[in-house]
Amino acid sequence: MRLAFAALMAATGLLASCATPQRDHRPDAVAMMKRDFHAMGIAGMDRLNEDSVQAACNQHQDNPPQGVADKLQKEQLAAIKWPADGRLLGDWKSGERIAQDGRGMTWSDKGGAGGSCYNCHQIGPRESSFGTLGPSLYQFAKLRGYGADIQRYAYGKIYNAKAYNLCSQMPRMGHVGALTEQQMKDLTALLMDPASPVNQ
Amino acid sequence: MRHALVLGIVAAIAAAAPWPQATAQVPDPTAAEFDKFREIMEQDNPAELFEMKGEELWRARRGPKNASLEQCDLGLGPGVVKGAYARMPRYFADADRVMDAEARIVHCMITLQGFTYAALAKQPFSSLTRTPDPVSLVTYVAAQSRGMKISAPQSHPKERATYETGKAIFFYRAGAFDFSCASCHGSDDKRIRTQPLPNFTKPQQAIRAVQGWPGYRMTGGVMHSLQWRMNDCFRQQRFPEPGYASETVSALLAYLTVNANGHVYRGPGIKR
Repeated sequence: MRLAFAALMAATGLLASCATPQRDHRPDAVAMMKRDFHAMGIAGMDRLNEDSVQAACNQHQDNPPQGVADKLQKEQLAAIKWPADGRLLGDWKSGERIAQDGRGMTWSDKGGAGGSCYNCHQIGPRESSFGTLGPSLYQFAKLRGYGADIQRYAYGKIYNAKAYNLCSQMPRMGHVGALTEQQMKDLTALLMDPASPVNQ
Repeated sequence: MRHALVLGIVAAIAAAAPWPQATAQVPDPTAAEFDKFREIMEQDNPAELFEMKGEELWRARRGPKNASLEQCDLGLGPGVVKGAYARMPRYFADADRVMDAEARIVHCMITLQGFTYAALAKQPFSSLTRTPDPVSLVTYVAAQSRGMKISAPQSHPKERATYETGKAIFFYRAGAFDFSCASCHGSDDKRIRTQPLPNFTKPQQAIRAVQGWPGYRMTGGVMHSLQWRMNDCFRQQRFPEPGYASETVSALLAYLTVNANGHVYRGPGIKR
């Protein structure tokens, strides 16, 4: 009898622990950060707030339900400002310099930014100091084609990576105003120009 | 002799440039060379100078209350320094929060010696011309845990809650570049440029968040603590600045240190 009671208690305990949802500690974390942080240089306290994309990715551990992801990706895509002159390719030489430049958007930066591209990607064949957080972009257009659709994808991806993959780890360089239209054209040329070393 | 050896290894590192195109799976030969360099450097680690300075500061009567830190309770009772660093961050009832070692030292400097938080937080990180006292003190305290197993406690409910909060901070994506700590430190075998990035969510790699800190950093030639390291990570995350010795920093350090529990701490080290 006593044994049965113990077994029953154990079973209820097990059920209770299964039924208790995992407590979400994000509200505690955000409240703590908002108490403890202060604005510094160009990095204001607003940077601690989630926008709709960040909120969805944080809530779902970077894997939101398809419906949520589709809706937000469409919004992000619609917010891309395409160059008014319709030209997506700038100067690949300038693009290489921008890709090399890892500065920008920290509290110790004044304003303006490089692309930080080599921090995470292999790109040109002469730069062996490249990161591996993102995929290799070497021979980007040689492998994918030089057509208008690929040009548009490259520019759009640089402008807002989240328009194509909601919880991509890549920053939204145009969306947040880190890069200018000309800088993004130059980076697109680095990837797309048949003369760029990337495509040799 | 030792200097010749060090020079030889510096030359070997220089000769390795331009960096080889290591793939993510192959151990980075530059990092391997640096590890050898570090082993030799650590026999004559400049961190020892700060350790000695920290010990002097620990024993000296200072501050408006003209008191030493010898009654400071680092979690093992007033005045017990040996082994304390390896058992922090931990919950302190008198402050009702979890504190990492430097936050606790700052707390003692305020309560025992009468320094103000504002004064200590004004320029809390080392420069070429100045090493703040808490940095020397935490180097001294850390050295008294050399060779001991890291065992940040999780027995108090607030220690467990702080670990979970720290974990949530670690995974929280926000800011201009949508980065969290996990953006760089959440998967295996990644690099930024040629710098290998440990995956701090795994115990075998989380030790790399703790090992070698406080560290004499050859970039700039200054002594830095984990308070500085966390601050500079948030800078590169494009976040605003965390308060010095704040709960956020302690919570993040609790998450990292508990993940590293069980590994042997080798004492203050050398960093690139």
